[in-house]
Amino acid sequence: MKIIGIITILLSGSIMIYSTLDFPEWGDPLSPANTHLSVYYIENSMPDTSVPNIVTAILADYRSYDTMFETTVIFAAGLACFLLLRNFRKKKKEYSLYRHIPTGVTLKIKNSADLADDTKLFQRIDSTWVPFDLVTRTASGLIVPFIQIFALYVIAHGHHSPGGGFQGGVIFGAAFILFAISYSLRESLKIISEKTAVILSCVGVMIYAGTGLLCLLFGSNFLNYGSLAQILFTDPVSARSLAILFVEIGVGLAVAGVMIWLYYNISSSGKYNQGL
Amino acid sequence: MIWQIDVIILVMVIIIAIGVISIKNLLSVGILFGAYSFMMCLLWAIMGAVDVAFTEASVGAGVSTVFLIAAIFRTSRGSKD
Repeated sequence: MKIIGIITILLSGSIMIYSTLDFPEWGDPLSPANTHLSVYYIENSMPDTSVPNIVTAILADYRSYDTMFETTVIFAAGLACFLLLRNFRKKKKEYSLYRHIPTGVTLKIKNSADLADDTKLFQRIDSTWVPFDLVTRTASGLIVPFIQIFALYVIAHGHHSPGGGFQGGVIFGAAFILFAISYSLRESLKIISEKTAVILSCVGVMIYAGTGLLCLLFGSNFLNYGSLAQILFTDPVSARSLAILFVEIGVGLAVAGVMIWLYYNISSSGKYNQGL
Repeated sequence: MIWQIDVIILVMVIIIAIGVISIKNLLSVGILFGAYSFMMCLLWAIMGAVDVAFTEASVGAGVSTVFLIAAIFRTSRGSKD
């Protein structure tokens, strides 16, 4: 069976490599892709949208439908993970571990649903808890705000530099994931709860679709940002640039929310009692 | 584009890919996937596709490695086959 698999892989791989010989040369200016469409974007994206980064102009303006449904796909992925993993049932056998801080003794308490998570004497810990986590806590606590600021910069500066809503959203979510790993899942649930993460992602998708609907209201096609000039009090070109920013913020919110939501579900296998 | 760097990265990509399918310990495989994504990110950056490289670095090498490790942590660490 293994030999058949290897033969199939080798055959299909060699066919693929053979077919790449038909590709145009890397960066060939006369290849079909570079003769019609790319030329239009390179020449017209600046006068059309006043966005220096052509990739952003294409993704959020010319190919806006594509990006909208990409965001929806991310949201659907989060939703699928939630529906598969989320476990609302509370088992009766459930126990919690509490550490008595002055002595370092760990207590295992059954049916501890109505006990407080943290008191001055007792600290609730995970079964994977290890002592001496001061260095990781301090280091990640220091670095998390800088990651968040960088994420906001990436979202806001997508017009001029590489990046945009998607990357910025992922980095913003990753900051919270780092916090949840270095502290604990319960600490991060206090800061951004499951509900908040879900609402963030829904609002993000709604902002994107809402921008498109606004364009319909002002008498042009769905996601044709030029008509928003009437409410933004600018010319159509700057209106397109501004609408790209709105859309990027929507994508960023959606992706950040979904990343946090996915992490909560996967790391606690849907129970939300303890993380990694 | 400096072709020596290109060749080194492509060879690394192939070595990592072979490592991913042959290693039994799933935790190492998760880390290797991160390394694979990072090599692909370098390739995109060399080819001038900076936006794609940025996405690959943040999604492929960053968040998806965390998700893989979290999933392995909650299931089992060794591969059966």
